[in-house]
Amino acid sequence: MAISFELTANSCIARDHYHRVATDQMRPISRKYDEAEHVLPQEWVDFWWRKGRKGAPIDPQQPTDGFVTVCVQAEELCYGDAGLYLRMPTPALGGSAVSAAGTKEQKQKFLSPFRAEDEDSHPIWGAMAITEPSAGSDSAAIQTTADFDEVTREWVLNGAKIFCTAGEGASQVEGGFVVVWATVDKEAGRGGIKSFVVPARTPGMKLVGLERKLGIRASDTATLVFEDCRVPEENLLGRREVRKRDPKQAGDKGFKGAMATFDASRPIVAAMAVGVGRAALEFLKDELTRQGVAVRYDAAPADQGAVERDVIEMEAELQAARLLTWRAARMISSGVPNSLEASMAKAKAGLAVTLITQKAVEILGPIGYSRKLLVEKWMRDAKINDIYEGTQQINQLIIARRILDYPSAMLR
Amino acid sequence: MVDFEPTEEQALIRETVHAFAENEVRPKAREADEKGELDAGVVAAAHELGLVAAALPEAHGGGGERSAVTGCLVAEELAWGDLAQALGILSPALLGLPAVDFGTPEQQQRLLPALLGPSFVPGSLAWVEPRYGFDALRLRTRAHRDGDAFVLDGSKCFVPWQHGLSRLWLVADLDGAPQAFLTEVDAPGLVAERERNLGIQGLPTAELTLSGLRLPLDARLGGEAGADLRTLLVRGRVALCACAVGVARAAYEVSLAYAKERETFGAPIATRQAIAFMLADMATEIDGTRLLGWEAAWRLDAGLDAMREATLAFDKAKRTALRVADGAVQIFGGHGYIRDYLPELLLRNARGFAAFEALALV
Repeated sequence: MAISFELTANSCIARDHYHRVATDQMRPISRKYDEAEHVLPQEWVDFWWRKGRKGAPIDPQQPTDGFVTVCVQAEELCYGDAGLYLRMPTPALGGSAVSAAGTKEQKQKFLSPFRAEDEDSHPIWGAMAITEPSAGSDSAAIQTTADFDEVTREWVLNGAKIFCTAGEGASQVEGGFVVVWATVDKEAGRGGIKSFVVPARTPGMKLVGLERKLGIRASDTATLVFEDCRVPEENLLGRREVRKRDPKQAGDKGFKGAMATFDASRPIVAAMAVGVGRAALEFLKDELTRQGVAVRYDAAPADQGAVERDVIEMEAELQAARLLTWRAARMISSGVPNSLEASMAKAKAGLAVTLITQKAVEILGPIGYSRKLLVEKWMRDAKINDIYEGTQQINQLIIARRILDYPSAMLR
Repeated sequence: MVDFEPTEEQALIRETVHAFAENEVRPKAREADEKGELDAGVVAAAHELGLVAAALPEAHGGGGERSAVTGCLVAEELAWGDLAQALGILSPALLGLPAVDFGTPEQQQRLLPALLGPSFVPGSLAWVEPRYGFDALRLRTRAHRDGDAFVLDGSKCFVPWQHGLSRLWLVADLDGAPQAFLTEVDAPGLVAERERNLGIQGLPTAELTLSGLRLPLDARLGGEAGADLRTLLVRGRVALCACAVGVARAAYEVSLAYAKERETFGAPIATRQAIAFMLADMATEIDGTRLLGWEAAWRLDAGLDAMREATLAFDKAKRTALRVADGAVQIFGGHGYIRDYLPELLLRNARGFAAFEALALV
């Protein structure tokens, strides 16, 4: 290959397709479901189930940009609305976990309902539940337990999960599922952590609350409690054995598989972030144009106004974030390990769009601050990208360990 | 298809230039800076690598492999070795590439063969003006037509002025647009004074005063049709972005190595998050900046306008180079301030990108 920034024709088709979805389907209801938190955005969910999930009309005979195309799609949809994006009826991160660590049977069983095409099929959701009240970034400190009942040959889950994105839909609507991280052996630390597929409405899995959030309010962020919640033996993802020594090297698809999903999900989150940042930046530039302020890329720095310089800096930061994202995504398609680059993309994009959207509100002043328009919403929506899928700091830590070639014990 | 891997040939070129930068350029960085001159041996050895020659047309004996992306790879590696030497080594391109892009056949014939000879011939391009508010597209140095000549008045700075320089392009405003004019260094009306700057001290540069400098009509780049120097400015920004990435990467790499060696309270400082996160930030920003530069370079190679992308890339590169070099001084602590170590040199060089235009071209 050769260094190229040219998207394939199929990526352009996908970009244009999802851009129309963003502008026609999402933007018109963006404010509505930001205000009506916890209300199901029925028209959007129905649209996605009936039409949206069929995908863009790409030419299957022609190449795409692989995972870069996936990022382009995520950027466009989050340019539309990041909260609604997270509310789409899809397997989401739960699906990534099943894809990464599941057997053929598990994939068939849990993922095929999302492809159901019959008329009476209804929207369903997947989710992943990792975070606990006292274990966030430190996912190895998970307290939720999974005990094996030798008699019924079932796993029995007990514990509480918070911040579960799409957790309401995934836990409550028949056909969906939640992938739950739990320990089968607290003594074993990280090596004892396994993931389990818990189908929606499984007795013992309770939805006990939905978070009230700064942004992405259209997204259902659930608190789930597990009380003797029983799932069949075959709902364990990966191996059952606990490797007490060096679980990372042991080829256990459980924990490792779950962590590997971050290598793919972080570039997507970075792309989502870029979408929100672009929404704010485009609005800002359009407003400046309406006010007769043109950004001159070829003007001397001393001649540029403060706003022009701000916009140029914002554009450069956003594009740097986008290109780091595409690089991490390209590596997935090439089958090259990308943990470092995925964390770079996520760390960069999360912070860049946080600052870009905050700056957009500042420059636009009362227009930026008003809830009549969406700029203030984008500032609230942007911030989550610097937190979930690994905070800025966790990603910095991953980058630092990689570049220093330090094991986690040497840099905490 | 979007891709970030150089071709095999580009990878080989990068590897070769990196080895040269590591073995020949970097060891001379301090000496060049202190002495204020380039090591003739290094410049001659670089000429033998044929880095500039590869980009010149085959018709004149060059390699015919012009690529802005390849140019970025080369510039980054050389500047990683040392910015002043990189600019000196690549200076023939300042004379040659404008002729390739816009020159008349006579101008190309006049300039290119000399650059492709067995020994190094330096080149130069005078664009920046020594004043607050310098605007690369609205110059104060002016050319006006006077009978069978152009007459130039004004002043220029950061003009590479290496030993053996005989000709250079002067950029001056002609009827509202910048145009380039070829001049001999000893033309009457042109006075060159050796500069002293904060950084790039190893590269001899001059401040020029032009007073009634008369040049023949065929001295104008592109002849009567002239040239679109915006493109040249873009090519300069892309090249300088790559140089800035090289400087930043040098600062990052020495910081990383130092942080793993230097111990406080019984452990390397790299094991402290305060230092480790600085390094993580440096690595991320350098990669992001490089990709911005590559994108602009790729647009040039694809024949697309790249003013916006090159400006964004260069804007970012100025900030990245300064921030990373400053971080290097900080990580080295007191040692970072001492001239026995590299960071202070890198910081002085990094600040220069805020003032430079067209000191290198791709």
